[in-house]
Amino acid sequence: MSDAPPPAPAAPAAPAIRLAGLHFAFLVDGHTVPVLGGIDLEVGRRSVIALVGPNGCGKSTLLRVIAGLLPAAGGTVEVEGRPVSGPDARIGLVFQEPRLLPWRSALANVAFPLEVAGHERVPREARARDLLGLVGLRDWAGARPGELSGGMRQRLAIARALALEPSVLLLDEPFSALDALTRERFNVELLRLWERIGSTIVLVTHSIPEAVFLADRVVVLSPRPAAVAADVLVELPRPRRLADLDAAVLSRTAAEIRAHLGGATDDAFAVATGEVGRHDEPDAVTA
Amino acid sequence: MSGARGRILPPLAAFVGFLATWQAIVWIGDYPAFILPGPLLVAERFVAGWVEGTFWPHLVTTLAEIAVGFTAGAAAALPTGYALARSRLADRVLSPYLVAAQAVPILALAPLIALWFGTGLLARSIIVALVVFFPVAISVMVAIRGIDRRLLEMARSYRVTRRQRIVLVEIPAALPGIVGGLRIGITLAVVGAIVAEWTGGERGLGVLINLARGSLFDIPLLFATLTVIALLGIALYGSVLLVERHVAARG
Repeated sequence: MSDAPPPAPAAPAAPAIRLAGLHFAFLVDGHTVPVLGGIDLEVGRRSVIALVGPNGCGKSTLLRVIAGLLPAAGGTVEVEGRPVSGPDARIGLVFQEPRLLPWRSALANVAFPLEVAGHERVPREARARDLLGLVGLRDWAGARPGELSGGMRQRLAIARALALEPSVLLLDEPFSALDALTRERFNVELLRLWERIGSTIVLVTHSIPEAVFLADRVVVLSPRPAAVAADVLVELPRPRRLADLDAAVLSRTAAEIRAHLGGATDDAFAVATGEVGRHDEPDAVTA
Repeated sequence: MSGARGRILPPLAAFVGFLATWQAIVWIGDYPAFILPGPLLVAERFVAGWVEGTFWPHLVTTLAEIAVGFTAGAAAALPTGYALARSRLADRVLSPYLVAAQAVPILALAPLIALWFGTGLLARSIIVALVVFFPVAISVMVAIRGIDRRLLEMARSYRVTRRQRIVLVEIPAALPGIVGGLRIGITLAVVGAIVAEWTGGERGLGVLINLARGSLFDIPLLFATLTVIALLGIALYGSVLLVERHVAARG
């Protein structure tokens, strides 16, 4: 909440997220590489938005700018009507890798944001226990990350991101390291979680079926510098189940998204076969 | 039980082998005790030295120098190593001096420090601290630089203060590397203390070595003193390991 402005009288109708003319550029070897070329986007409260786009188009960068980890070069980011000017408690960010502190127990990892925010030990551990229960890890409070499976670690990372009760949850390809079956199950779990916590979710994914299955809207980004190329509404009723993956509306929507991408993306297939590079480096560097 | 035996047996066998080789060399070479005393003779002198109270005052003096010097050297090295890792300016300005100071053998530096500060606890502790400083500072620098940047970004997303970043993330993440440096530091501290004691003074295990070799000409006592120094080194190294394990368990 670094120098948050005086509580602006946010209209109750202010969207969860509003991006207006958002620009961002990396400086690589003294050259300015534009990554985000003017993004305008509004995300309604309690909705799920999926971001898809060609590899390296700046999806992860966009999430970092929204999360306040990277400063926008121009334009504005607003969450519930108030600008974001740095890392912000209203936003929870889940990285592509779990990024847990290996020397801490599962409980202490989930309690980390609360500890940083200055919460007392007893209440923060109680809260962390609740969060562990929320992601199905109640019995693993004392385990170190190294003792957990990849899926459990990512659930832990999600629980940690929820610790400060953010109104917006940003997920950067959170399940990309998991096998296809686990991934499907986690997508369903994520929807259950979303129904319970009621926050707004923005999710970056490489898989079009996954995007359609999870999201209310799929936002297609153009190649770098990224702009919104298409905004596709998913008319699949909720609650959604795994069986919906075979629904006609899903494949129709997926086909529409593919058409907008113009074959410029890698699909779930590419993810499964490991053709998709990891996003540890800024997108601009992976050119 | 077989596990405990399996842990104790190999080092014990190695130790017996070491003593046997030593004794064999004495027998085969037929060396007089003032060149190479056998292990039995040294053991005898070792026990006598403790019974007669020869070792105690010297050991206490050396331990005090190590305690003060190691603590001061390591305490100075921790922030220096951190600064070297996190500030390019500090790295550019300090690194040449650090390396130059390390390149000058402490053996050559010790007489100068004795000239300035005498031969008491202060001068000797300074020498110990100088010896400890470099390896600890370098290992802290390497350990801090080696921290996964993705963890730091994660911490930043939760708005850690600078102090929280250091205490909650950087120090625990770098701890294995830091303790590795302390392990090297503690053994070098023993070397530093003995070297410092050779520059003069009345007490210390290094002084006792000089006495045994010189005016007393008691070579078995010299070997017994070397044994005390070796055991001291092992004990200090072991205590660093204990601290390390305690810290690791606490997480």
